[in-house]
Amino acid sequence: MTQAPRRAPSLETIGMSKTFGTLQALTDVSIKIASGSFHALLGENGAGKSTLVKCIMGFYQPSSGAILVDGAEADLGTPARAAALGLGMVYQHFTLVPSLTGAENLVISRADVGAVINWRAETRRLDAFMATMPFSVPLDVPTGQLAAGQKQKLEILKQLYLGRRFLILDEPTSVLTPDEAHDVLGLLRAMTVAGDLTVLMISHKFHEVTAFADEVSVLRKGVFVGTGKTTDLSAADMASMMIGDATLAVMDHRASVATEAEPTLLMQAITAPDRTGLKTISIANLAVRPGEIVGIAGIAGNGQKELLEILAGQRPMVSGTIRVQGGTYSATREDARHHHVRFIPEEPLQNACAPRMSVAENLALHIFDVDKNGKNILWLDRARIKQHARTLIEAFKVKTASLASPITALSGGNVQRAVLARELTGEVDLLIVANPCFGLDFSAVAEIRARIMQARNAGTAVLLISEDLDELFELSDRILVMSSGEIVFETPIGTADVSIIGSHMAGHH
Amino acid sequence: MSNASPDTLTGPAAALNTHRSGTRAMLARNAEAFVIPAAAVMVGLGAFSAFLMALNKSPLAFFRAIYFGGFGSAFSIDNSLTHASPLLLTALCVALPARLGLVIIGGEGALVLGGLAAASIALPLHGLPYFVVLLMMGIAGALVGGIWIGIVGALRYFRGVNETIASLLMAYIGIAVMNQLIEGPLRDPASLNKPSTYPIGDAYRIGDIPGMQVHWGLVAGLVACVLSWALIERTTWGFAARVSGSNIRAAQIQGLPVGKLILAFTFIAGAFAGLAGMIEVAAVQGDANASLASGYGYTGILVAFLARQNPLAIIPVAFMLGAIDASGSLLQRHMGLPDATVQVLQGILFVTILFSDTLYGRIKWLNPDLWTRAQS
Repeated sequence: MTQAPRRAPSLETIGMSKTFGTLQALTDVSIKIASGSFHALLGENGAGKSTLVKCIMGFYQPSSGAILVDGAEADLGTPARAAALGLGMVYQHFTLVPSLTGAENLVISRADVGAVINWRAETRRLDAFMATMPFSVPLDVPTGQLAAGQKQKLEILKQLYLGRRFLILDEPTSVLTPDEAHDVLGLLRAMTVAGDLTVLMISHKFHEVTAFADEVSVLRKGVFVGTGKTTDLSAADMASMMIGDATLAVMDHRASVATEAEPTLLMQAITAPDRTGLKTISIANLAVRPGEIVGIAGIAGNGQKELLEILAGQRPMVSGTIRVQGGTYSATREDARHHHVRFIPEEPLQNACAPRMSVAENLALHIFDVDKNGKNILWLDRARIKQHARTLIEAFKVKTASLASPITALSGGNVQRAVLARELTGEVDLLIVANPCFGLDFSAVAEIRARIMQARNAGTAVLLISEDLDELFELSDRILVMSSGEIVFETPIGTADVSIIGSHMAGHH
Repeated sequence: MSNASPDTLTGPAAALNTHRSGTRAMLARNAEAFVIPAAAVMVGLGAFSAFLMALNKSPLAFFRAIYFGGFGSAFSIDNSLTHASPLLLTALCVALPARLGLVIIGGEGALVLGGLAAASIALPLHGLPYFVVLLMMGIAGALVGGIWIGIVGALRYFRGVNETIASLLMAYIGIAVMNQLIEGPLRDPASLNKPSTYPIGDAYRIGDIPGMQVHWGLVAGLVACVLSWALIERTTWGFAARVSGSNIRAAQIQGLPVGKLILAFTFIAGAFAGLAGMIEVAAVQGDANASLASGYGYTGILVAFLARQNPLAIIPVAFMLGAIDASGSLLQRHMGLPDATVQVLQGILFVTILFSDTLYGRIKWLNPDLWTRAQS
């Protein structure tokens, strides 16, 4: 394993460009990351952040340009060479083997581990290694049993154990609670201050960048826009560097909620098995009134997906009732049509589109089986399907080559726009949304949130399931926290406190 | 605000890009479905030629033999069409469920049981008018075949049993049931060497199309292909099935009746295979015997995949494979090649077609969406 801890390396890219076919992903990018600094890399989706770090990590070969490590030109032709120079990467999602313990994960991650492992010697060396680390994680339990924050720490420990002293972190806190994120980033920060580590962090959370990074560099459309000390830049400065002169959709003012109104959606005493079949989802009481956005906060995997599936009729309930506009709701196509219930699940291409079908056909999923008067029909009205698609594409500015293009040919933002167009057109009394802004750029996010707020102000009851607390705070009228399959906390937005919500998300009630 | 939001998008207004939706684009989109399978067939024939040369046989002579055996004369064309006729129906047994995302390969079982049911119902109906008996035979064959494959669909939907394995195993069971019955309770004692049911009687046979030596079953197969195409491409049921086949989660969240669709489509698919069995009995065999299980159900899988599960494309593909089947004996006699050579050819074609599936959407001059690659 482990060489003696080396000094944290510095890294510099000089005039780096990368093209894929006709697509210029990076153009002449020069970034300097000093030894022992905590550097943030900002940019919209498709700005070239991941192309840049993949070039640094040796996964891609830059088309032109050079990389200096500790001031000397380095040949990073393969991931192995990048690793040998002490460059390591921590991904957004965990790469640990859940059924193995922390110690096993660390040892098997080494390239030089033999066919027979002397566990006694390895354990001794691991203990010695852990003693030099500023934080520890239990190494003797299967990593699947660790909390998300501990897993992320173990991912970082793994890189350090492998002798990596320059860490690239790709949105490292997206699966952590606010407290866990604070904890992990604080530890990294302390190691950089001590000069043991250099960090390059991809992030889109300005408050984390401001609180933990020294310097920030911004990419836009593959071009290096600028760099600066985080002490000199406000969040607004960074945002404008990222998006250039594009203007963002403006959010409607919030109309007041009629708190005495009959709830549009009322879920009572609901129980259902979760995905594993081992635990139970249990919703005692959940009401959403017209013109109200109820946000569901929670760490992924605490029953939010199951809640959506129950409402969509994909998961049978064991007991309980769902009422929509006072009537019993059984989640059939007829019920959804009659009560104007619409769904926008997360990752719309995977969950709300038929990828092999055309844009026009995907836009027609609500209307293909009825005529203008809502009567069921047997023969497709292909002219109407085309006309409907044309109207929606214009109204929501979906960018597509043609109506006949398969929906997979569209970019992520345009798929989301197409799904929004389909789900928000016509009368909508109840809208159920899950993580609508995953992986979208600023302007798409602003537009989608504005559209949801617009629907709310028009009287739609909105149930918003999101893992993004900023989004929930921006949109919700009430925030509920889901943990272990139950709603454990509720607060109106006026008195909502992010640290209290965070502690409930983490399971401290 | 509602007026403000459309102006706040990234990039310019989203007019449809006419240059990518014009006639040329439409031609390219349609050409893709022909060019890629044609190229795959060429590659497959090339690989098969190499195989023949390794056996010291001339590929040219082989393809000439296929040509003469399959298309060379009016007789051989009729022969090819006769072989193609059941393939049309057994290919539909694969193609219809495939559009729902189900890979069903057990049409052989539905075919033999459909044939057996048709033969057994004909006997007690002797004396009734021709069309009544034929209709009853058709209904019996389709019903039994439909139920047989419908069971596979039900197992899939209600119990999550893998439909591919289930249909294959059910095919073995179906063949075994037929053998059991024609050698036991349903056996005509007069059938000594080849156990068979009692003959349905010459009065109730399906005849030839006037002017050809091809029975009317061919017409039934063609009609079934056209109807299936209309069902999938032109009806709301077909649309719902295509949505479910493309993404079952999207179909469920839209409240589409996925379970009913699976049951209906597997039933129709099995009914077509059962009908193929009934036609084999009424037009070719004259009774139900072990020759029913001669592989039409399995060749139908190949036909459906070559046609990329498109019912209209099944028609020419079935004719082509019918020709290859029909020339099998000629190859044996003239080139001294074993019967299985034809299966080697079919197998190679199957593999190249499956490989070619990964090319769709990736060849620039066939995919208008790649013509001007936008960044967003």
